[in-house]
Amino acid sequence: MSENEDVIKVEGLTKVFNHSLTAVDHIDFSVKQGEIFGFLGPNGAGKTTTISMLITVLRPTSGKAMVLGGDIAKQSLEVRSSIGVVPQEYTADEDLTGLENILLCADLYGIPRSVSKKRAFELLQLVELTGFKDKRVQTYSGGMRRRLELACGLVNRPKLLFLDEPTLGLDVQTRAATWNYVKMLKKEFGMTLFLTTHYLEEADALCDRIAIIDHGKIVVTGTPTDLKDSLGGDIITLSVKDQTDITDLIGKIEHVKDVKKESDSYTVKSANGEVTAPLIIEALRKNGHPVTKLSLTKPTLNEVYLQYTGKSMRDAEESRENVFRQRMTVRRARQ
Amino acid sequence: MSNEETRVSKNRFHGLWALTNRDLKKWYQNPIVFVIGIIQPILWLALLGKAMNISSIISPSSFQIPTQLFAQLPVAAQQGLAQYFAGLQNQIMLSSFGTTSYFSFMAMGMVAFVTVFTTAFVGISVVFDRRLGFMNKVLSTPVSRSVIITSKVISASVRSVFQAAIVTVIAYLLGLQLGANFTVFSVFGVFAIVFLIGFGLSSMFTAITLRTSRMETPQAIFNLVTLPLMFASSAYFPINKMPDWLQAIANVNPISYTIDAVRRLMIFGDGYALLPLDFAFVGLFALVVTAICVVLSWRFLNK
Repeated sequence: MSENEDVIKVEGLTKVFNHSLTAVDHIDFSVKQGEIFGFLGPNGAGKTTTISMLITVLRPTSGKAMVLGGDIAKQSLEVRSSIGVVPQEYTADEDLTGLENILLCADLYGIPRSVSKKRAFELLQLVELTGFKDKRVQTYSGGMRRRLELACGLVNRPKLLFLDEPTLGLDVQTRAATWNYVKMLKKEFGMTLFLTTHYLEEADALCDRIAIIDHGKIVVTGTPTDLKDSLGGDIITLSVKDQTDITDLIGKIEHVKDVKKESDSYTVKSANGEVTAPLIIEALRKNGHPVTKLSLTKPTLNEVYLQYTGKSMRDAEESRENVFRQRMTVRRARQ
Repeated sequence: MSNEETRVSKNRFHGLWALTNRDLKKWYQNPIVFVIGIIQPILWLALLGKAMNISSIISPSSFQIPTQLFAQLPVAAQQGLAQYFAGLQNQIMLSSFGTTSYFSFMAMGMVAFVTVFTTAFVGISVVFDRRLGFMNKVLSTPVSRSVIITSKVISASVRSVFQAAIVTVIAYLLGLQLGANFTVFSVFGVFAIVFLIGFGLSSMFTAITLRTSRMETPQAIFNLVTLPLMFASSAYFPINKMPDWLQAIANVNPISYTIDAVRRLMIFGDGYALLPLDFAFVGLFALVVTAICVVLSWRFLNK
């Protein structure tokens, strides 16, 4: 595969369950070599269905997807051998030790013991579990389990790693540590990462590009910065001492896109708030309207997300199986 | 990266041993499960096996011999009849059960019984793997779907053989009467047929649970299936003494053939000519059910 070829290329991918429920509806997107691609969306939007199809566990109803140059429908075995998967739930066998779990995963990829033993120790070191390798997974904390899942997902040295909700139910420290692993995988191994998450600040900090899926369709794709900018940039809120309407005066200042007068303050939109704020303060002082209060808000991915997916909560129907697994995952994460 | 580093098995059955061993580890590394697996047959054999003392029911002391009537007979006839009654117990036992010891008859039925119990758990373990997410992990690796199923079936069959061995040893300690032609090789014959029936039964239980994620389903099916499987067989009672309709069922029940083979090998003095038929029937059952299960796994393990 050449350097610039897409690692994932999805065209018109569709999944219809039981001839009636369209979970994924003709989606198109591509993931480039070496990027961290975030796949966001509300519950039941089609995230897990899409990931399941890409990792060839679920057969698409129609459409096409190439993963690492292999067709997911026709070359599922090749695709499965070359990708790594870290599923949403904890999949490690609780009755086995950490080391045994990694070796078991290696066996499932057909990696000979002579290679997998050495690799297992490397991976244990990478996820900082060497000291616990001979302890049963039952005794692991949520963070340790998550790291073990990561190690298992890396056992076949994948060029592309799928991470489904890698930080679900984890505490702040463990989440931060997980982010560091993800960044390291990209930087040190040039790995391409495809991740889904509910934590938008996580997607913002980690992802090179994100796609938001809702009702089975991709509503927007882009870099986090572009998406935030598309909302109109930073918001500066300021007040001055006197009551004179200075909307026009502010509007003429460089970088200012839009000004709105509220009851006793002004809301200013600007692409680059840090630069614009001092300019406003300076200009208003010169014109005899000293600024008494000023605050700068950067739009977050939250705003982008809500803009595209709406504010209503989703009561997607979940199968008993999924609900049970999710509960188990969260419960074990909190151990 | 060296070639050694990137070398992977192209064997279609890779992962089979790893998955089988994983299931077996859950059993032999768990002392409670292991010990209960040994205690349970002891309880069955020592309590039920010894309580059902059928030969004592038909001992000469059980029937009233009409002495007045007896006294009217010539002496020679009296002696002859006394001898006849004394031998009656063994005669009835032999013609009904093929052995004079009902305990031995039932203990060998228990060998098959314990197989049904052991293999039924495979269904529960499939559902557990599904619910805890392990199955999802395995499905995302390049392991063949049939290997996933076969590993379950093999581990259950190995456990069945082990349990059958335990039952045999305990039965021997509690007074099993071995057949006249018993040799050490008979034991291997028993293991072979138990492995076959274990293969068939665990495939059957796996096939039933392939689609379900509910814990209740395999349990309900297990309860529904085990009793007819056991009682419509030669486990506790000889088939030729059953009503016709029940005989018809028992005669196609693979458990009957397993038990018959075990009894022929261990406690009967004859009937070896029918052994190939027993093995063929049980082997065919195992083959057909396993084939069905593997085909279903291609269809249903991928959603």
